[in-house]
Amino acid sequence: MLRIDRATYDAIVAHAREDHPDEACGVVAGPEGSDRPERFLPMLNAARSPTFYEFDSGDLLRLYRDMDDRDEEPVVVYHSHTATEAFPSRTDVSYASEPNAHYVLVSTRHHGERTGLEGDDVEFRSFRIVDGQVTEEDVEVVESYLFGHSPTTVVYD
Amino acid sequence: MAIEVRIPTILRTHTGGNKTVEGSGDTLAALVDDLDAKHPGLKGRLVTEEGKLHRFVNVYVNDEDVRFTGALDTQVKDGDSVTILPAVAGGC
Repeated sequence: MLRIDRATYDAIVAHAREDHPDEACGVVAGPEGSDRPERFLPMLNAARSPTFYEFDSGDLLRLYRDMDDRDEEPVVVYHSHTATEAFPSRTDVSYASEPNAHYVLVSTRHHGERTGLEGDDVEFRSFRIVDGQVTEEDVEVVESYLFGHSPTTVVYD
Repeated sequence: MAIEVRIPTILRTHTGGNKTVEGSGDTLAALVDDLDAKHPGLKGRLVTEEGKLHRFVNVYVNDEDVRFTGALDTQVKDGDSVTILPAVAGGC
């Protein structure tokens, strides 16, 4: 199961809406082994494409070095599908290489723009992808992880 | 002196869980062969059967992506630092 705080959930959805119709992507880092997605790190989709996403190789190196320095790992790896359902594609599965990560898929296919009307939702689902096997998991949204702390810092690259 | 190589989580099954290993060689290809001798199976995860770097991994020599420096022919030397990272990519 993925437990994620409300602010981070909303930030992922907002990023997906903002980049629609291109795919949005990013990571939520957390302390190694904690399984707590704490630090929201939206990334640039270097492919700038409605059907593909990839982290720029320089960005990727800086991201992993930064996480390494903080003893963090990618707890959530997220990206959006902008015309199809929020389910890992064959390409997603072939690239998935963080066995400990929650792969979050959001779909903006129906709701790229915030309409304010009923049903104005972005689909948000989470998966484990290990050795090519996809397993969907529940998503629990909690109000805050950082009890007694200020809300999650949102860092834009 | 040797070449320090940082191993991503997904490949640590080949290195007994170690985050960094050491190897030697004049080129990245030679380094990969040396690493594979010590950590069997590693080469197959980095290099395709056609002898090219896998598109699922990014390899950096001293922070420079080897795709821009000659891929497996990239020159390496003692004291260099090599980082292997899984590409983060996908698409519908």
